[in-house]
Amino acid sequence: FSCLQCHMILQKSSEYRSSWRLQLWYALLHHPNTLFLNLTELTDQQKEFQEVARKFAREEIVPAAPSYDRSGEYPFPLIKRAWELGLINGHIPEDFGGMGLGIFDACLITEELAFGCTGVQTAIEANSLGQMPVIIAGNDAQKKKYLGRMAEEPLMCAYCVTEPEAGSDVAGIKTRAVKKGDEYVVNGQKMWITNGGKANWYFLLARTDPDPKCPASKAFTGFIVEADTPGVQPGRKELNMGQRCSDTRGITFEDVRIPKENVLIGEGAGFKIAMGAFDKTRPPVAAGATGLAQRALEEATKYALERKSFGKFIAEHQAVSFLLAEMAMKVELARMAYQRAAWEVDQGRRNTYYASIAKAFAGDIANQCATDAVQIFGGNGFNSEYPVEKLMRDAKIYQIYEGTAQIQRLIISREHLGKFKQ
Amino acid sequence: MHRSSEVKHVASYLNTRGCECFGQPCESHCPVLTDRTIHVQLKTFIKIRVKPDRTGVVTDGVKHSMNPFCEIAVEEAIKLKEKKLVKEVVAVSCGPQQVQETIRTALAMGADRGIHVEVSGKDYETLGPLQVSKIFAALAKKEQADLIILGKQAIDDDCNQTGQITAALLDWPQGTFASEMTLEADKLKVVREVDGGLETIKINLPAVVTADLRLNTPRYATLPNIMKAKKKKIANVKPADLGVDVCSRLEVLKVDEPPQRQAGVKVETVDDLVGKLKEAGRV
Repeated sequence: FSCLQCHMILQKSSEYRSSWRLQLWYALLHHPNTLFLNLTELTDQQKEFQEVARKFAREEIVPAAPSYDRSGEYPFPLIKRAWELGLINGHIPEDFGGMGLGIFDACLITEELAFGCTGVQTAIEANSLGQMPVIIAGNDAQKKKYLGRMAEEPLMCAYCVTEPEAGSDVAGIKTRAVKKGDEYVVNGQKMWITNGGKANWYFLLARTDPDPKCPASKAFTGFIVEADTPGVQPGRKELNMGQRCSDTRGITFEDVRIPKENVLIGEGAGFKIAMGAFDKTRPPVAAGATGLAQRALEEATKYALERKSFGKFIAEHQAVSFLLAEMAMKVELARMAYQRAAWEVDQGRRNTYYASIAKAFAGDIANQCATDAVQIFGGNGFNSEYPVEKLMRDAKIYQIYEGTAQIQRLIISREHLGKFKQ
Repeated sequence: MHRSSEVKHVASYLNTRGCECFGQPCESHCPVLTDRTIHVQLKTFIKIRVKPDRTGVVTDGVKHSMNPFCEIAVEEAIKLKEKKLVKEVVAVSCGPQQVQETIRTALAMGADRGIHVEVSGKDYETLGPLQVSKIFAALAKKEQADLIILGKQAIDDDCNQTGQITAALLDWPQGTFASEMTLEADKLKVVREVDGGLETIKINLPAVVTADLRLNTPRYATLPNIMKAKKKKIANVKPADLGVDVCSRLEVLKVDEPPQRQAGVKVETVDDLVGKLKEAGRV
């Protein structure tokens, strides 16, 4: 009988912990490859989607990326084109005009787009992040209103949680929402909001219970806020180190009135929604980092096969070829990690452990691969006429947003120790 | 609007041989060439090798995709349908099982249905323009097509024959190397790219048109269309069902790579250059 059946029988057996042979069985059953069946071959449809995304990224994003990076201009033409091709808003359920794609398919597309330019990809990904709370927690009316419009026009949305004084410590956010009749009045400050100045609507997390003793799981509420609501004031576009074409701003909420119809689930449910969204959005972010690392690897390999030193191509020097080998190892492993995380959540299972591993690992290796690529390019790598210095600047944010590298390690250790204690 | 009732079918023949260059190395007309194919510039360069027994080139493991000129042909057909000048676009390809992927791409671009003419194994290796044209002519009669649009030539064998032979077999007028085509009443105005410039002709329908590079820019298949394409039908047909004999009248004797390019020589002055050319007997 199947591995899974074995596993279930063993778990029920009270002897399994004591018997070393059964423990070996248990360890074997938990080996990823025996359970991870999907990885060998993509379906035809997945291959076709990947092909469209790859073609679009290489033919349209790659040539345009350097000028968007220099000017910092929002890449709306590229985003509009991606929208026309159906490459964004993939997760919107079919009933509301989307394609109801799983996270795995969305990750495949994201990796290809990120290969082109992670600034463009982040602007697109922020859409998924903003929509995810509505997809997982919205009622039909909310989904129809806010997801439906995304499928009809190339609109952007944003996820407003981080504040100037609270990033990792989500429970420490201070934006207040007070119920007044049929509305909530919101006051507060958000910071580092991707698509902040371009969004049509925001997902907002605010504190509804002022009692400091109230636990985080009950104190916050998720809202959908139309960007043109009076009192919503996006700040100036921030000038960042990398992903410079992505629009990042602070947003001030001054006596913003939100109708109670725009509350997701109900008062106090916000924290769980905000965190639940991450399980579905971390794998695509990991995929984005992997796309950047893949780009670094390809650029470095091409260069190493053209540049000569000491009478041979630099790729023939072991120091360089070993660098390339390690970059290749990291890229392949990061890819497998995000695919696993995406596959787990598509199967309906809780994937927090895998999603955190994928995001932490991919963010770290993206930085390592970008740095190594600059190293392989040598002096040329430091120069803005070559593509790799942009990769190094773009990569850093992958260790910060969507949960810092340190927070990911906190999550992984908590999950890991939790499993062991069972 | 009477147009849509008269022009029933537009059949687009797709060549999926991919990058095989019979007898010539890939360097001279691989998909990365810029003057032929705009949208395949960034494909990875595939090194084509002659088979050790010199009967052809190695095709195992070489990725096959829709011929770029055929993509342009499909795009033109879909444009006509969008303008409501034609009712149905049928994409056709001849070859082994893998050509179904190419037909699906055409369906994802907007064709209504596909026809896969199964030719595999030895027959496929010797399949050439004459046999394909016969298949095509038979299908056109069976489907009662009013317009056939093909790519002007395949980028692997560069034959530039299928469109012309098909028109001859059907006794239909042809507009080849089309860089522009317009449907006017029951005539087709075709602007052809010829050696001397541009030639405009008016031909009656039904007709055969072969697409040249500047006819249009093929669209990407969008993701929703790829999903919809899965529901569209691809019919399977054998050449025998159409009464066509795919036996080749040609026998390939041998296939060779061109001689390796020799290193050049740098000269200092024009006189030196003339001297060297005289020595080599070129002047």
